[in-house]
Amino acid sequence: MNITQSFRLAIKSILSNRMRAILTMLGMIIGVASVIIIVGIMNGLTKKIESSYADMGINSISVYVQKNGNRMVTEKDMYQFYNDNQDLIKEISPSLEQKYVVKNAETKFKANVKGVSETYAEIKSLTLKEGRFINYADVLLRQNNCVIGAYVEDKLFGKGNGIGETIKINGETFQVVGRVKEVAGRKKGSADDCIYVSYSKVIRMSKSTEIGSYEMMAVDSTLADPLVAKLETWLYEKIGNRDYFYAFSMSSMISSMNTIMGMLALALAGIAAISLLVAGIGIMNIMLVSVTERTQEIGIRKSLGARRRDILNQFIIEAAAVSGIGGLIGILVGVLLVLLIGKLSNMQASPSITSIIISFTVSVGTGVVFGYMPAKKAALLNPIDALRGE
Amino acid sequence: MKSKEVLIELKEVCKYYQIGDEEVRANDGINLTICKGEFVAIIGKSGSGKSTTMNIIGALDVPTSGEYWIQGTNVSHMKDDELATIRNKMVGFIFQQYYLLSKLNVIENVELPLLYAGVDSVNRKERAMQALKEVGLEEKWNKFPKQLSGGQQQRVSIARALAGNPSLILADEPTGALDSKTTKDVLGFLKKLHDKGNTIVLITHDQSVALQAERIVNLMDGKIIFDGDVEEYKSQNQ
Repeated sequence: MNITQSFRLAIKSILSNRMRAILTMLGMIIGVASVIIIVGIMNGLTKKIESSYADMGINSISVYVQKNGNRMVTEKDMYQFYNDNQDLIKEISPSLEQKYVVKNAETKFKANVKGVSETYAEIKSLTLKEGRFINYADVLLRQNNCVIGAYVEDKLFGKGNGIGETIKINGETFQVVGRVKEVAGRKKGSADDCIYVSYSKVIRMSKSTEIGSYEMMAVDSTLADPLVAKLETWLYEKIGNRDYFYAFSMSSMISSMNTIMGMLALALAGIAAISLLVAGIGIMNIMLVSVTERTQEIGIRKSLGARRRDILNQFIIEAAAVSGIGGLIGILVGVLLVLLIGKLSNMQASPSITSIIISFTVSVGTGVVFGYMPAKKAALLNPIDALRGE
Repeated sequence: MKSKEVLIELKEVCKYYQIGDEEVRANDGINLTICKGEFVAIIGKSGSGKSTTMNIIGALDVPTSGEYWIQGTNVSHMKDDELATIRNKMVGFIFQQYYLLSKLNVIENVELPLLYAGVDSVNRKERAMQALKEVGLEEKWNKFPKQLSGGQQQRVSIARALAGNPSLILADEPTGALDSKTTKDVLGFLKKLHDKGNTIVLITHDQSVALQAERIVNLMDGKIIFDGDVEEYKSQNQ
């Protein structure tokens, strides 16, 4: 008997016991669907995180330096490094972060104030909704001009437009000259919760003398990691202790984030895979019952000349068909749910082809593996006993 | 006897079973030769060993000792799958309870031996239909066993036994579940098959059924106590 005939026989047998087949498949459906949903959502999440990092500038590099005794890196040193490495660095900007009380006629709250140069917007891929960013004149003349993030704008002006208005930062009066386009969902503590001022002004306001952090932009994303390496060597020469400085590229951060997300997805998919195992045991159970119920059928087939292999194939194919059909339904359910979740959550959740192929293979494989034992039992039945239904 | 060609031969066949501490000698030195074209009835009371003999003749089981030859092949020491092939190619079974598969329709049931013989689907259908014609059930080919009467089901099982064109038709109490009228019909069929040259071995406990055969083999306690033609049997048992 060939495989096609065994397969038709299996379908026939499944159809003749529909309720049982559906209940057996249910485990497989849930298992496969949950693997696909989990992988799909994790993919969507990773993409979302990746794109929000990319918005912050995929070529950007952050550098933090501290004084080590009397060894330090001044602003002048840093700009010298920039001038010496124009082949690697496209732009550089100091980035001084302070928390100051901000107020206008309506409200008063603490906000993040960032002291930056005119190149910062390009480094961090900030786009302006209206007005202008901090410019060279602001830096040079320490002018009281500021550019506000979306969250700060909401807080200060509600639905209104703040351009040209004045606000007080740490008691000093500033004029709003630009509004930055939303980058991170207008939430407190996000990149939207920020007021940009010239760094020279922030140095003055914070009464500090040195600049502790910089943002740089590599000429090309492939140069980001070489630039970090070069920076680290240079900073080590200057400061003499690795504990006092820190440089990292956004791309390395994205890749380590991807690694973490990948591991998380794998762990979750592993948990979902356990349900596939449970489904497999369910299939084995039902196939054992089926073999017992069909002992006489097996006896009849054997008396008519069915060999062990014929009976083995028949039952394995039946188990594989049950689990395979369950797997297909699971894929369908999983894919539909992933697409639905993606639509509802505004996340690019998409079913991955790999997870579909793997879970289908696993489901059929589970049927074969767990169907083998009952099938073997059927194949080894003695025809005389089997005919008597024993 | 229409021909002298030997079809099956049992030489000193013994079959012992261990039941608890007791050894049961179901067959205890059976010597039996059946030639092509014979119609033999094996009779005996329950426990006489006739079912065991049938199992060995039908290649469902192998003897504990002794030899069993069918068409020049020694079956005595065959493995499971080899026995399956012998059953498939050489033996057509007719059982008391018909043993039709309820989920398959009539023609699919008849096709089964051909399926396991690896006959392709077109030939299979053709040969199965031919076998159904011989038992007069060709219009019922797409019915399910449940939709047929007992006599019709037994005729389907006869068609199934014929489909593979076996050397031997082995009928185990074929009329045991039938009323007297259908018993007559079924026996009529077996006679017709015999007239066409088929070799038939009939196992029964019913004397009136056995008397339809040409030759009678009577078993008791695992031994043959009579082997001769019907007339001889009749004269001894009157």
